[in-house]
Amino acid sequence: MGRYVIRRLLQMIPVFIGSTFLIFFMVYALGDPVAALFGDRAPDPATAAQIRAELHLNDPLWKQYLIYMKNIFTGDFGTAFNGESVVSLMRSAFPVTIRLTIVAILFEIIIGISLGVLTGMRRGKPDDTGVLLLTLVVISVPTFVTGYVLQYLFGVQWGWVSPSVSPEAPFNELILPGLVLALVSLAYVTRLTRTSIAENTRADYLRTAVAKGLPRHRIIIRHLLRNSLIPVVTFIGTDVGFLMGGAIVTERIFNIHGVGYQLYQGILRNNAPTVVGFVTILVLVFLLANLLVDLLYAVLDPRIRYA
Amino acid sequence: MRGATRVKLAVGVTAVALTAAACGSSSDSGGSSSSTGGSGGGIVRASWGDPQNPLEPANTNEVQGGKVLDMIFRGLKQYNPKTAQAQNMIAQSITSSDSQNFDIKLKTGWTFSNGEPVNADSFINAWNYDTQLKNAQLNASFFSYIDGYDKVHPDTPGAKASATTLSGLTKVSDTEFKVKLNQKFALFPDTLGYAAFYPLPQAFFTNRQAWLAKPIGNGPYEISSYTKGSKMDLQKWDGYKGPDPAQNGGVELRVYTDNNTAYTDLQAGNIDLVDDIPVTQLRNVKSDLGNRYINVPAGIIQTISFPLYSSRWSSANSAKVRQGLSMAINRKEITDQIFQQTRTPASDWTSPVLGSAGGFKEGLCGEECTFNADKAKQLIAEGGGLPGGKITISYNADTGSHKEWVDAVCNSINNALGNNTACVGAPVGTFADFRNRITSKQLDNPFRAGWQMDYPLIQDFLQPQYFTGASSNDSHYSNANFDKLVNEANAASSTSDSVSKFQDAEKQLVIDMPAIPLWYQNGSAGYSSNLSNVALNPFSVPVYNEIKVK
Repeated sequence: MGRYVIRRLLQMIPVFIGSTFLIFFMVYALGDPVAALFGDRAPDPATAAQIRAELHLNDPLWKQYLIYMKNIFTGDFGTAFNGESVVSLMRSAFPVTIRLTIVAILFEIIIGISLGVLTGMRRGKPDDTGVLLLTLVVISVPTFVTGYVLQYLFGVQWGWVSPSVSPEAPFNELILPGLVLALVSLAYVTRLTRTSIAENTRADYLRTAVAKGLPRHRIIIRHLLRNSLIPVVTFIGTDVGFLMGGAIVTERIFNIHGVGYQLYQGILRNNAPTVVGFVTILVLVFLLANLLVDLLYAVLDPRIRYA
Repeated sequence: MRGATRVKLAVGVTAVALTAAACGSSSDSGGSSSSTGGSGGGIVRASWGDPQNPLEPANTNEVQGGKVLDMIFRGLKQYNPKTAQAQNMIAQSITSSDSQNFDIKLKTGWTFSNGEPVNADSFINAWNYDTQLKNAQLNASFFSYIDGYDKVHPDTPGAKASATTLSGLTKVSDTEFKVKLNQKFALFPDTLGYAAFYPLPQAFFTNRQAWLAKPIGNGPYEISSYTKGSKMDLQKWDGYKGPDPAQNGGVELRVYTDNNTAYTDLQAGNIDLVDDIPVTQLRNVKSDLGNRYINVPAGIIQTISFPLYSSRWSSANSAKVRQGLSMAINRKEITDQIFQQTRTPASDWTSPVLGSAGGFKEGLCGEECTFNADKAKQLIAEGGGLPGGKITISYNADTGSHKEWVDAVCNSINNALGNNTACVGAPVGTFADFRNRITSKQLDNPFRAGWQMDYPLIQDFLQPQYFTGASSNDSHYSNANFDKLVNEANAASSTSDSVSKFQDAEKQLVIDMPAIPLWYQNGSAGYSSNLSNVALNPFSVPVYNEIKVK
């Protein structure tokens, strides 16, 4: 197990270097950020040259990348155009997005899996069909529609919550945004759990458990659910990375100053350090989440062993 | 009207989604206690955008940073929020006998909020710092009229500065200094209300990083806390001795990435003032806010500029094509239908906020800027037709909802010419890329251009954009007669002479049409019933210090 983890961690190094270079390359392909700094006014050549020199924009791409990587290893992720260091942007943005992701994942796990178990056990009944239909609707409505609509209803029409989230973004303000962010994945989790449960209810080991006379809740939780959760865990694991990076729309709608917001600003202003820095961290999160999922398999299914 | 449809849509779409989330909604109500009403001791809660650059006077060239500087600084002059006239603020008098050498006398008693006095050195040191090449200030070029600029800030890339101070600035006493310009510029005193010319305290020079984290100025407000990227709290500075102290306890600026969210927050009573009404809400803003909606002219003009350096547009006859295109655009219909009258059809190259004394002249462009489909078709035919049979209009797609109006302008042109493919919009992904293509002369088709005035002067609308080799002459327009008239206007001995010379120069633009004036942009804002006495200044920025909180 230990060796397996070390091997997986070592494999992350080339993935990390490759992905940072790709992102770096793509952001630079967007073009020169200096002109936009001057707004509608043409840049004065001397000042523009000075700024370019400070940002190493005159060096060839590979050299810029090397300088950037060297700085990363000393903990310096560069500076955004407003003078704030990217590290301090991360320090303020990541906790917010992590909280948002936790809320979203909790929704997925609690509501998604419960609905999945419910419908899986009652396959073909009206409530199963009803939930299936609902998940279909949720999946087909884009996030920005549900976001704006729920925000308007809960925030303005009924006044239950504040339509936007304060800069501190405590958990209780993130419930509605978290739900909006989770909705689509939640629907998938429901469907995935339902299929998995429906399949396993007909398995031999389950019939044995019933025959042994075990109580119903023990059959469902210990035997049925544990085995049915493997595909669901895979999905939720990869979803962690997706939710953290894919919250741009939700964060915009609810004015949450998290990772999505910083990425959006960075892209808009062509600020390579911000974009590359944040995406690099997201890549790491994604890799680690995947590793964690693989390790969880062994917990859920004793037959799976890692060496 | 639109409000009703929105609710209907909302109910329709989410009725289902809500049921799906029924289990979640019980926990949602838990968040309701977080919405705090009221205004909290006379504080104005206002929407804001993240300033792009550090908050230094000469490094701030966009409106969000400018907002803050206008609250925490006062300069030699101040533009009257209603009439746009430049009035003495710190300056006691600014006099000149030859429009080139200016004698500036300061009022006594002004201080920065840290107690330092505002004296001649505060200005001279600041202006020198702002100009120095190594400080890479984005607005350094505003000092280019001052004698010695080319030594402190040589314009060729890579050149080294041979001086660190502007030779045109000389201190006479603590309350008086002289400015020598490198050319005659009669309207120079009126430019001194611009943010780049604000004074700086010694604290800035001793510890710039600390100052940037929490800027110190001499205006009616002082910054009490600043969290970059999310919010800024400003409080009334009790030691402010100027004539325009704050009428409220302070201002809380909150950063919004999406102006729709800010608007929703205003409706929910979560914020008091929104100074950027989203285009999609313009239809229902009147029914939502009633008389708490402001829509007043601002010093912004939108144009379509032509790349006159491209062979497609450089021929002598091509001016006729440009005039024809101008006449093919039905400005009134577009401003009514798309912008809900938050734009006014343009008939000159300036802005109504200048007033007729300041140089605005309605109808100066004449029939060349009036919709006339037949004449348009005829002129374009006379000019040899559209280059290559079709044109595109470039715009940046990331901000500002330009797509709607560019498509409408193209439609208007296509209808006038009876050719459905004569004009199409050409979106460019980001503003940065868009500006790069323009400044590196890569475009050979017209592009959208917007000009927000730096100071309310006709000079600022004409010279930077159309003078040969000027800093924002994106069209690379060059006309000897225009340049001559502008030079004469700058050297004129009185403001009225100067203005009328500028208008003569402007008439040359009708003939050459380097840019088609489209419309004057209004500033729009909405506020909650907590506030009164809310107004927008000619720069479309709320006059924060005059807002009263109930």
